[in-house]
Amino acid sequence: MIKRGYYGNFGGAFLPEVLVATFDELEEQFNKIKNDPDFWQEYSSIMSTYSSRPTPLTFAENLTNYFGGAKIYIKREDLNHTGAHKANNVMGQGLLVKRMGKTRVIAETGAGQHGVATATMAAKFGFDCTIYMGEVDVKRQRPNVFWMEQMGAEVVPVTDGTMILKDAINESFRDWVTNMDTTHYVLGTACGPHPFPEMVSYFQSIIGKEARKQILEIEGKLPLRVFACVGGGSNAMGIFAGFPEKEVECVGVEAGGRGLDSGEHASRLCAEDASVGVAQGYKTYFLQDDDGQMKETHSIAAGLDYVGVSPILSQMHDQGRARFESATDKEVVEALKLTMTKEGIIPALESAHAFATAFKEAPRLSKDDIIIINQSGRGDKDIFTIADAIDDPEWKKFIIEKAREYNA
Amino acid sequence: MLESYIKQRLQTKDILLMTHIVIGYPSFKESMQVVEQMVDAGVDMMELQIPFSEPMADGPVILKANQDALKKGARVNNCFKFAEDAVKKFKIPFLFMSYYNILFKYGVEKFAEKMAETGLKGAIVPDLPPEEGKDYAISMGKNHLSPIYIISPTTCDQRMTYLASKGSGFIYCVARKGVTGGQTEFSGGLEDYLKKCRRAVNLPLAVGFGVKNRADVEYLTGRADIAVIGSETIRIVNRDGSGAVGEFLKNLR
Repeated sequence: MIKRGYYGNFGGAFLPEVLVATFDELEEQFNKIKNDPDFWQEYSSIMSTYSSRPTPLTFAENLTNYFGGAKIYIKREDLNHTGAHKANNVMGQGLLVKRMGKTRVIAETGAGQHGVATATMAAKFGFDCTIYMGEVDVKRQRPNVFWMEQMGAEVVPVTDGTMILKDAINESFRDWVTNMDTTHYVLGTACGPHPFPEMVSYFQSIIGKEARKQILEIEGKLPLRVFACVGGGSNAMGIFAGFPEKEVECVGVEAGGRGLDSGEHASRLCAEDASVGVAQGYKTYFLQDDDGQMKETHSIAAGLDYVGVSPILSQMHDQGRARFESATDKEVVEALKLTMTKEGIIPALESAHAFATAFKEAPRLSKDDIIIINQSGRGDKDIFTIADAIDDPEWKKFIIEKAREYNA
Repeated sequence: MLESYIKQRLQTKDILLMTHIVIGYPSFKESMQVVEQMVDAGVDMMELQIPFSEPMADGPVILKANQDALKKGARVNNCFKFAEDAVKKFKIPFLFMSYYNILFKYGVEKFAEKMAETGLKGAIVPDLPPEEGKDYAISMGKNHLSPIYIISPTTCDQRMTYLASKGSGFIYCVARKGVTGGQTEFSGGLEDYLKKCRRAVNLPLAVGFGVKNRADVEYLTGRADIAVIGSETIRIVNRDGSGAVGEFLKNLR
């Protein structure tokens, strides 16, 4: 092991000794595939036959007219198999697992999207699969739990700590330190010890590569801004990767929860509340107290409800290479409703954060400007949360009747 | 220094015992009572764990103790106060055990200075490999404190030698893969691993992870220098109350 995987002051590999050899092997394998042109070929091919890559870049004509500013394009990661960008990372790591000859995969999940994607990959490649999910998230994302189990994965509710994403990550590491000989941990985002931030960003860069090609084909020029929601940061890293030049402003949108002043949010880069720390094997901005104990976070979107953030994004933040904003739970629901009625598109609550901030900025831009919003996932998985937020009486009636049927 | 203390003790004892507590669990008062019983039972040295919200290397028993201690108000400052009281009261060496973020947020240099001032002898930081801990190693050295590094069954020979060259005091060998508090078979399979550690390491060897009874300690006698009792004493506190720890420890060797 050498000191590695630093992005400025962020990143690293703060590993318990028992995992050092496992990470050495993982890094070696990742370096091999990175330098093997056949691998990207194999990867793109499986993404086009098993998932629907390239995903479309949709011109949101009605939203564009409604705001009367910049032309709004939406990168449709929701049209991936399993309904989110998570498939990109998971299939890439799945191919890696095959090369390493391991037979079991484990994963953490917050919203459940990464869990579902991992469960499908495991089913397709014939791996055993265990998914760790905070108990709070198990409750708010029941449909995803259902699908994971149907695909043969074991879903383990995590009842420690705050019972959300970070606790599921801890529990996955605890499994891995015991079973690393047979098991690969399919970390779902561009966080954690090296090489995960780089590796996950590498697989997700397929989003940006496509989006760049598509916008140049359609418009013949680059967008002014690219918007992506930021939980761990993998979908943002994915789309930002396609637009490295200074002329394109990358905007990451974090969970504003009940407002930055309320303290109940998950904004690590755009709020003053976070500070640099080391946890879960890497150094980045964490929402933590003066002692270094992690705080409770809040977001309407389980997938953004996380204390840390990709070390690569922390560096981009400090260097001013990306701008970070937040959107509150309320703004997110409004943006979601508007997108559904204007475009017939249902973004996930996570993705709707990017929409909310893009909607604030679009009217102030000129008609010649172009913006791209990364729709990281689809929202039908959130039907229970969205129905509650919208407070739909007919839905409630349906659930009550359904419950009566089950009780009968 | 810690190493000479250990070697001196080993002249009269076949194996030393190191125990562990989570500071502030089940309460500050009770954890001091547990320390007292441990010392009375003849324990040779002790790890005091500063609780952390994300204890990645710990199993369910110590994890829960960390969370409870935090809920009851454990802070880094009152953990230092606790350590100061323990050091004043009892004559054995005390070490801190915690995760790197606790040191990092406090300021690594300041943390080491404060440890020395408090009279602690060293620290075990399981998520800080030497590659990431150069500042830590320097600060510990400057303050005559021992950074304790960990060897695991997955560590190759070359790395064992490397870790031994970075550590001081002793080397902590985890008896198996996994987190603290699980089952370990103290039998044939461990033999080769411990021999390998002995060959690679020029420091006293501590063995922990799953040591829970007299038979385990007997197995380690002659094969290691220090047996580490971690989760088991917390289990006893949970089951029989903090008064039961002394009796358990007295029967271990």
